[in-house]
Amino acid sequence: MLQTAQRGKKSSSKKAAPKAAVHEQFVEAFRWMLLARTLEEKLVSLYRGGHITGGVYIGKGQEAVSVACGLFLQKGDIFAPLIRDQAGRSAFGEPLIDVTRTYLGSRQGPMRGRDGNIHRGRPGENCLAMISHLGAMVSVVVGSLMAKRFHGEKNFIGLSCIGEGGMQTGSLHEGMNIAAVEQVPLVIVATNNHYAYSTPNDREFACADLVDRAKGYGFEGYSIDGTDLNTCLDVIGNAVQRARAGRPPQLVVASVLRLSGHGEHDDASYVTDEVKRQPFAQDCLKIAEKRIIDLGLVDCATLQSWKDEARKQVEEAIATAQQEAAPDGAKEDWCAISARELVDQPK
Amino acid sequence: MSITYLEAIREAQAKLLREDERVFIYGQDVGGVFGGAFKATKGLAKEFPNRVLNTPISEDAMVGTAVGAALQGMRPIVEMQFADFSSIALNQILNQAATHYWRTNIPVPITVRLPSGGTKGSGPFHSQSMESIYAHYPGLIVMTPATVEDAYTMLIAAVAIDDPVIYCEHKYLYYHLKADKLPDKGFPIGRARIAREGRDLTIVTYSAMVQESLVVAEELARENFEIEVVDLRTVKPLDTDTVLASVARTGRLLALGESFPWGGATAEVIARVTSEGFHLLDAAPVRINAKDTPIPYHPNLWSTHRPGVKLIAERARSLLKE
Repeated sequence: MLQTAQRGKKSSSKKAAPKAAVHEQFVEAFRWMLLARTLEEKLVSLYRGGHITGGVYIGKGQEAVSVACGLFLQKGDIFAPLIRDQAGRSAFGEPLIDVTRTYLGSRQGPMRGRDGNIHRGRPGENCLAMISHLGAMVSVVVGSLMAKRFHGEKNFIGLSCIGEGGMQTGSLHEGMNIAAVEQVPLVIVATNNHYAYSTPNDREFACADLVDRAKGYGFEGYSIDGTDLNTCLDVIGNAVQRARAGRPPQLVVASVLRLSGHGEHDDASYVTDEVKRQPFAQDCLKIAEKRIIDLGLVDCATLQSWKDEARKQVEEAIATAQQEAAPDGAKEDWCAISARELVDQPK
Repeated sequence: MSITYLEAIREAQAKLLREDERVFIYGQDVGGVFGGAFKATKGLAKEFPNRVLNTPISEDAMVGTAVGAALQGMRPIVEMQFADFSSIALNQILNQAATHYWRTNIPVPITVRLPSGGTKGSGPFHSQSMESIYAHYPGLIVMTPATVEDAYTMLIAAVAIDDPVIYCEHKYLYYHLKADKLPDKGFPIGRARIAREGRDLTIVTYSAMVQESLVVAEELARENFEIEVVDLRTVKPLDTDTVLASVARTGRLLALGESFPWGGATAEVIARVTSEGFHLLDAAPVRINAKDTPIPYHPNLWSTHRPGVKLIAERARSLLKE
């Protein structure tokens, strides 16, 4: 079974790693991507069957970038995933049961029915719980890293995910600037999936490449093909390593196409055929699988066994969550602060 | 020796920095030799150069950073240069900090200091009172100290509370209020204080309007009226019990605040008294707030926009005749 525990401290250097280690890492990343895709396909079918309230937001087509965001983080690092980061969340250590409990509204999930779908997190375990207001998590990561510096901790980094849509917010601007001012070891991975909901790039920004902004903020920047897992692992892994080594904050901008609607309520009919023919519109999971086969890293039977294993894990997590009690309005304490003696109590 | 309201805020922060390594101060111009636009942190960076930190003009990121630091065990104090500018940080305060405990079961112990309220010539963007906006949202504690003693002890208490606290310090009181010494122990947080006892009419108020109310009470005492002044101290939680007990003694309620009139703290006081203590009232309650326009620059306009002693006394006299 694929381990979902946070990995311990190990070198994220790929340059020095032998080819076998590189392949091992590629395979591990692929399996997280496979697990995320399997899980999200199942969540979509549950949503369409009326078993999930609210919405389902998936990361189809963005798994290669996302997994690289989670894969190089160590115990003590801070991770702020966003809406399409199931692969990265799993690679960082989020158990599947957290996902299914949150989507299915189990009282036992990390959000206890109080928040749903992709707004989940475990801040006590350094996985922040995103809010919907894009760009707002960056400065929270900055503050977390400053606190670690205050405490005298060493060798930590933070990684905050964003999309090209979120990059147009004032909050993101303030967050990036303050990160550079505070010189915290931060990596921002921006996935340009070419649409902010239905709005294409040409109505989102007017610069040639979003990575050009890196220099203006005092970041080091890289622009990558987000459909190529090998590139994602190489460049994001390197950015993590550079941040850990004390380099300025890092910005990686990855180009992909969101291979779904904004949420499952959205048929994405606004995505043009021309866009769908672009190289960035390829499915990163299929490309990674082909590479595994082409390189002969495993045989077809092993590949199939991984798919079966992923399906089994997903089905178990869903079955468990479905058996659990939903929250009950009559049993909630309806208390938004922890200092119970200071709760405002109009009759 | 005498100490001002502003010095009390500075002394509270000095004490917090000295006694608690988790505390740091984060805001525009708070560090270096400058010590803040109002000098509320003057001299603190000299003693604590790594814990009194200047920030860019980035209110959103200032609060977001404080939230992150608080989640990792720190006790940040964010200084907004003016309460008005906290509107830029509303998202981080209301959606990030204030929802966090409810969503994740992990509280966010940040204190956001808001230099609040009007002073002569400050105009629309340097005079606002934001307490009602913050009190409206779940997940925040909103403090509005009206005395030097409360300015000191409530700021220390704010940092000790595990939840986000909006600390509204009134700029008009910075230099006008003085005390002989600072107390070791404060009145409990969440409890209103009877600032002056009376039996004829209750004025429920907070922040700088407490001082205006005390002047009015003194004036009406010469006309043989005994006015009780209730200082709420925290707008949220709102100490309804103390308010109701006062109205039970006087039978008349005047709710007074400096913020804009639509909704807000004074409306909440009247709503609670009429719904929970209607039988205690001998007359319809009266509410006084600033006018429903932006805050004017010119002193002639400003002194009319903001509730003043003359207006409060007139409305109180009318209510006493009811």
